[in-house]
Amino acid sequence: MPSGYVASRRVPLFPQVARRPVDVQGIDGCEHRKAGTVEEMDEIVQEFLVESHENLDQLDRDLVALEQSPGSRELLGSIFRTIHTIKGTSGFLAFGSLEAVAHVGENLLARLRDGKMSMTPATTDVLLAMVDKVRELLSAIEAGGTEAGVAVDSVVAAITVVLEGGEPAAAATPATPESAELVAEPEPEPTPEPILEPVADVVADLLEELGASTAEELEVAPEPAPAPAPAPAPAPQADAATDEPAARRTVAESSIRVDVDLLDTLMRLVGELVLTRNQIVRQAGEQADQDLARSSQRLNLIATELQEGVMKTRMQPIDHLWSKLPRVVRDLGAQCGKKVSLAMVGRETELDRSLLESVKDPLTHLVRNAVDHGLESPEDRVAAGKSAQGTLTLRAYHEGGQVVVEVCDDGAGIDAEKIAAKAVQRGLRTESQIATMSQADILQLIFLPGFSTAAAVTNVSGRGVGMDVVRTNIEGIGGTIEVESVVGRGTTCRLRIPLTLAIVPALTVECAGDRYAIPQVSLLELVALDADRAATAVEDVNGASVYRLRGTLLPLVRLTDVLGVESDRSDGHVLIAVLQADSKRFGLVIDRVLNTEEIVVKPLGSQLKALGTYSGATILGDGRVALILDVQALARRALVADVSERADTASTDETLGGGEHLRMLVAGIGGGRRVAIPLSSVARLENIPADQVEQVGSREVVQYRGAILPLLRLNSHLGAYSEREGEDLVVVVYSAGSRSVAIVVDEIVDIVDDETQVSSDVDDHGLLGSALIRDRIVEVLDVRAAILAADPKFYAITDAELDGLATNELQEAM
Amino acid sequence: MSTRLVTFTLDDRMYGVGVGAVQEVLRGLPRTRIPLAPQTLAGLINLRGQVLSAVDLREQLQLPPRSTEHEPMLVVIRVAGEPVAFLVDTIGSVVDVEDDQFESPPDTLSGPSRELILGAYKLDDQLLLALDVDRAVAA
Repeated sequence: MPSGYVASRRVPLFPQVARRPVDVQGIDGCEHRKAGTVEEMDEIVQEFLVESHENLDQLDRDLVALEQSPGSRELLGSIFRTIHTIKGTSGFLAFGSLEAVAHVGENLLARLRDGKMSMTPATTDVLLAMVDKVRELLSAIEAGGTEAGVAVDSVVAAITVVLEGGEPAAAATPATPESAELVAEPEPEPTPEPILEPVADVVADLLEELGASTAEELEVAPEPAPAPAPAPAPAPQADAATDEPAARRTVAESSIRVDVDLLDTLMRLVGELVLTRNQIVRQAGEQADQDLARSSQRLNLIATELQEGVMKTRMQPIDHLWSKLPRVVRDLGAQCGKKVSLAMVGRETELDRSLLESVKDPLTHLVRNAVDHGLESPEDRVAAGKSAQGTLTLRAYHEGGQVVVEVCDDGAGIDAEKIAAKAVQRGLRTESQIATMSQADILQLIFLPGFSTAAAVTNVSGRGVGMDVVRTNIEGIGGTIEVESVVGRGTTCRLRIPLTLAIVPALTVECAGDRYAIPQVSLLELVALDADRAATAVEDVNGASVYRLRGTLLPLVRLTDVLGVESDRSDGHVLIAVLQADSKRFGLVIDRVLNTEEIVVKPLGSQLKALGTYSGATILGDGRVALILDVQALARRALVADVSERADTASTDETLGGGEHLRMLVAGIGGGRRVAIPLSSVARLENIPADQVEQVGSREVVQYRGAILPLLRLNSHLGAYSEREGEDLVVVVYSAGSRSVAIVVDEIVDIVDDETQVSSDVDDHGLLGSALIRDRIVEVLDVRAAILAADPKFYAITDAELDGLATNELQEAM
Repeated sequence: MSTRLVTFTLDDRMYGVGVGAVQEVLRGLPRTRIPLAPQTLAGLINLRGQVLSAVDLREQLQLPPRSTEHEPMLVVIRVAGEPVAFLVDTIGSVVDVEDDQFESPPDTLSGPSRELILGAYKLDDQLLLALDVDRAVAA
């Protein structure tokens, strides 16, 4: 294995080829089936194949070198190790034939290496025959996922004969010319086209049956062999390789190793390109040149796609982290005397590899915490009417440009009162402060430094240094963490992590003539007050400025005060950026709002970081440097805890997402009625031709991306009459896991980014309530009920999948 | 042994840094000021997509501030692979100096500049003050 392995990762060269086996120009029907099984092939087998192919290439080189200097211990040792590795891994993966071949080969090589035997042409022949057979077996495994259909007895027998000191049977000979060719010319086709292998074997089998004298057979097998041909017939193989150059790529060819440094360089260059793009687009916008506008538009699109592509190369599935957890959970469970099953949902969710590293420790800590403190002992669980085995669920998904990772347990939950008492006892909060806090806010207190609720300090966790470190780490990478809990039902810790650190959407603002960037992730909304309104709307609480934002007091922080600069705004206008940090909200008063744009984050020197005000710098479209404000640090610096506004996160309704800030998709359903659907539920918006709707029983379905999508007409679900005329349907696709449903609406009206307060519980069948959005009453859809109406098994299946996963994981863990 | 130094002036005095540490010399680029940062940090500049801190050597050496109409020059220095820009008054030239021209700073030199000045090379017409780059960067 090359030493650079650890620092590199694989990048699919042609992901579309790998993902869509249907595209293959197969020569017969069975090709498709095989390609399909490749897709399902275990990742570990894929890794094994790629590595073995690389090893075999090395082996070829070594064998050639060995011919030049027969008896070289070093070369023999190298060959021995390669074969030994293949033997070990194939044994582990239960590829018996492969193991058998490698085993006898290893024996022979061991003798050669130890000088007990010397190289003769006969030993070279059988060694080459063995290498070819190993290749053949690997190809068969790659094509079909199994090594069945490849006969290995002859090779094993031939090697055994040599081992016992006899002359090899003629059986091994036919392989020699082909192998020699392969050896002489490095990698003409390192992995023979796998499709024909079984055919060759069938031919070989036929030969066996028919004897060795028909003309037809001579065409196929160049040398009639008394025993079944050990190697596949070379001629058709070569044909296949030249006839189908663009056919399916083998595993080894469809990925390459790329140095991570190179990827980082590419990423940096793309960052620069994005900046230059921003400049060009801005300049093109100022000019009336149509062609320039068009070119810049194109540049815009291409740069965006390139950026996404390069970012993808740095993405790795979260499974890289998770795969270590079953063991952690199992060991911990055993240590704590708890029965735990671990379920993982969304293990393919990808995030930037640098982030993956940073999330590792916090995530492990949360998992340990959940097992140690979250889940009860089996006796307590049974006493509480639960199954003795606790369930720990890890969930990862993408949402709104972020990766959400949840660690849920179905344990005892966190008692907010105990937390509150503890906080008072530790002097972290006063009784009066606690009295004004919501339950959800009290739970977040566990993230305060010096807080630990474990009654006893255990080996595992509970030293009071846990959760605050987790929060610091997560916030360090621009993420957030929150905890939800229902006493007796369980606890959920939710991490929100940016997809990548390198490029973030941000709001650029001006203050005292300087420009600053505020990451969008912290920004809730903007409030602009003209001089007249500002004079009355900005009030003060004994010197502390506040603004009444929809009835609640929002503490105001002037950026000029924080930075110690003089505002150059004298017209009395007040601009407030409402920011969220550590579940506190505050308004940052700035001079001007400039733009929202994607900025490339440049790190700052440690000296500037130590100021605790800036999280980085960026270069704006005009080439000037702007500082990125560290909102979390600003909040900590400017807000004394008890002045800060309590974000109201009391709502634990699943369908409403639990947060106070929701984006709603507003859709018309006819009759002037408007329905709001939480945007987090929406996977895609599509137009589907009406004639594509088909019937399954009494249900309407539609084919969509190769799947059958149940259709729900929202107007009939909610008792309205569609007024839409036209040949296509507007559908909102909602997905969870592998299941999707399509909700048909009349029209998409808007996406509301406002803070939407469900202001009324006036509701009806299928609704959660109603809300006032942009001066109109909008009905808030009960998404769960709507989806169940379309697909009654929607949630049931997901749960069942969970159960399935749970058992699998546990088995893995054992 | 001779040493090659890049020279520049600050308040009419000549200073020098080793030529190996200098990456390039630039005319003034727009600087973004950094509120709350120490006075010696004159801001951030964009050097071909890279964000550099600019250290005002006048501040660092406690010299009187430069007149506002005088546009400073930038000397980009690499320290431990990281580039940093020095703000200086004017750029001089590259000079070769001999070790025997060198003398340690006088005992009367006190204050922060004693930390930053390695010593003086006695040139024919004036003194060339050698800066300790590593310390000068650590503003």
